[in-house]
Amino acid sequence: MNWVDYLMAFLVGGLICLIAQILLDCFRLLPVHLVVLFVIVGSFLEILKIYDWLIKIGRAGALVPISSFGHSLTHAALLESEKIGYLGILTGVFDLTAGGIASAILFAFIIALVFKPKG
Amino acid sequence: MEKQIYQKVLNNTKVKRPVVKNSLQAFLVGGIIALLGQALLDFYQLVVNLEEKVATSLMSITLVFLASLLTGLGIYDRIGQFAGAGSIIPITGFSNSMTSAALESKSEGIVLGIMTNMFKLAGAVIVAGIVSAFFSATLIYLFSR
Amino acid sequence: MRKVGKQSIVFDNVYLKSSSAVVGPLEMQGPLAKYFDAHYDNLYCKKQNWEQAEMQLFTDALDIALVKGNLTPDEIDLIFAGDLNNQITVANYSLRDYSIPYVGVYGACSTSTLSLINGACLLDGGFGRYIMCATSSHNATSERQFRYPTEYGGQKPDSITFTVTGAGAGILTRQITDVRLTKATVGTVVDSGTTDSLDMGRSMAPAALQTLKAHLEDFQEDLNSFDLILTGDLSTYGAKTLKELAREFKIELGNNYHDCGMLVYDLDNQPVFAGGSGCACAAVVMYGYVVKQMLAGRLNKVLIIATGALLNPIMVAQKETIPGIAHAVVLERVK
Repeated sequence: MNWVDYLMAFLVGGLICLIAQILLDCFRLLPVHLVVLFVIVGSFLEILKIYDWLIKIGRAGALVPISSFGHSLTHAALLESEKIGYLGILTGVFDLTAGGIASAILFAFIIALVFKPKG
Repeated sequence: MEKQIYQKVLNNTKVKRPVVKNSLQAFLVGGIIALLGQALLDFYQLVVNLEEKVATSLMSITLVFLASLLTGLGIYDRIGQFAGAGSIIPITGFSNSMTSAALESKSEGIVLGIMTNMFKLAGAVIVAGIVSAFFSATLIYLFSR
Repeated sequence: MRKVGKQSIVFDNVYLKSSSAVVGPLEMQGPLAKYFDAHYDNLYCKKQNWEQAEMQLFTDALDIALVKGNLTPDEIDLIFAGDLNNQITVANYSLRDYSIPYVGVYGACSTSTLSLINGACLLDGGFGRYIMCATSSHNATSERQFRYPTEYGGQKPDSITFTVTGAGAGILTRQITDVRLTKATVGTVVDSGTTDSLDMGRSMAPAALQTLKAHLEDFQEDLNSFDLILTGDLSTYGAKTLKELAREFKIELGNNYHDCGMLVYDLDNQPVFAGGSGCACAAVVMYGYVVKQMLAGRLNKVLIIATGALLNPIMVAQKETIPGIAHAVVLERVK
């Protein structure tokens, strides 16, 4: 447990959100535009191997934002393609993010059953 | 002629957004959620002794659960109003978008409501992710040949 | 009744027999609380879902107006009503329990005055004795239809307007009462040229101006002849924009100009962004505040210009501009 890890996580995580907020306000985008953009950027940064470096320095700060979702999808697709060839891109793409998506569906369902919207 | 006057005045009276205030709030909340993520990551790796890949997954799952719960309790939307991108960009935003859409459609029942509408807001993220992952992975795959 | 000028009407014998204003919790915590007839402390209005809640508000408004006018539903010859929901669902479903001949109208947030104009024309033309005009809106039903799920964590900018949860109804008659509907101006669709659905107040300003201008020109009327000029729901930024727009046409809106969206809430202390909007905004201010002030002798001649943004989410996604419309009525105290 290293306090530098925590500082970097805070800074990197905060910075990614700060950039998003500036785009949101200056270009009058909608939240959905922002998340789509960041997922795509996270995916493309994998081409330049930048996202792995970002995770190394920012740890959770780079893993928590939705851009890591794009990175994980691409990363998983590549890993599987190294094992079984090009088809692996499609068959393996969800490998790393399966937990996040499955849990989001499960919890959304349960919460929606139990609670009522408050307005 | 009148239309041009309307355009002129409407362009001149555009509502300014408090960019600096919003950005700092986004930075703060985004940073705090990342801190929470880091704490969870360390807990799962160092205390529960899970390997990195599993710990990372579990960290995401934990954050997803917390966001879902806070959405159900009616608290997440207040955090979101303060944080802006600070609560939309982390994976918690993804979970909130799914839970809020499912929760809102509760009145239409389980199948036509909750199940059908869950991906109303989050669908775009998944489509964008898969499509861009496909293209990025293809590019990398081809370059490595 | 006859047509005056390009888009206006003068009525001979149209009076307001009774009216009602029912609201939700936030409106009851606002500055006009004492002018409302009934309220609910919770957005669910003791019902199971948002749509049912809005229907409850709507039927309450009808019932209270009937009681205040000492009338039964059978005595109402016709009702003009509408709301913001797709297919004006809330009005349709609410009227299932009343066998009143029904004409549904859609004017977005201008439905309150739109329904009054229609009712007044029919009545002055000799149809029936009592015609009812009603409308409602609910914060959650409109959020869920036009924007996002209510628990979604997206950030709303300061420019957005906050849909009023409430309902208002008025009963028109040819018998003389203390409040008279003297004139009206029917609006035309005015394209704002803006595409930002998070900034609706301003996008309705051109429509409000067009109707105001038409009214003043058709009747050769002076702004100062009114004790109060109200726009429906332009709210903070829309009202500012209207003043500037008016200035371009040599119309100076002074201290007698206000906006219902800015009156119905305490803008400094309530989390309502730029102010109120929705069909009920103009309705509850008009049927609650304006009518009660008139009956108390504190207002004599009021011009109410309810404004509506005629958009839908698909058009917005297609990057179409937002068209607006504004319908005006003049209420006068009978001395």
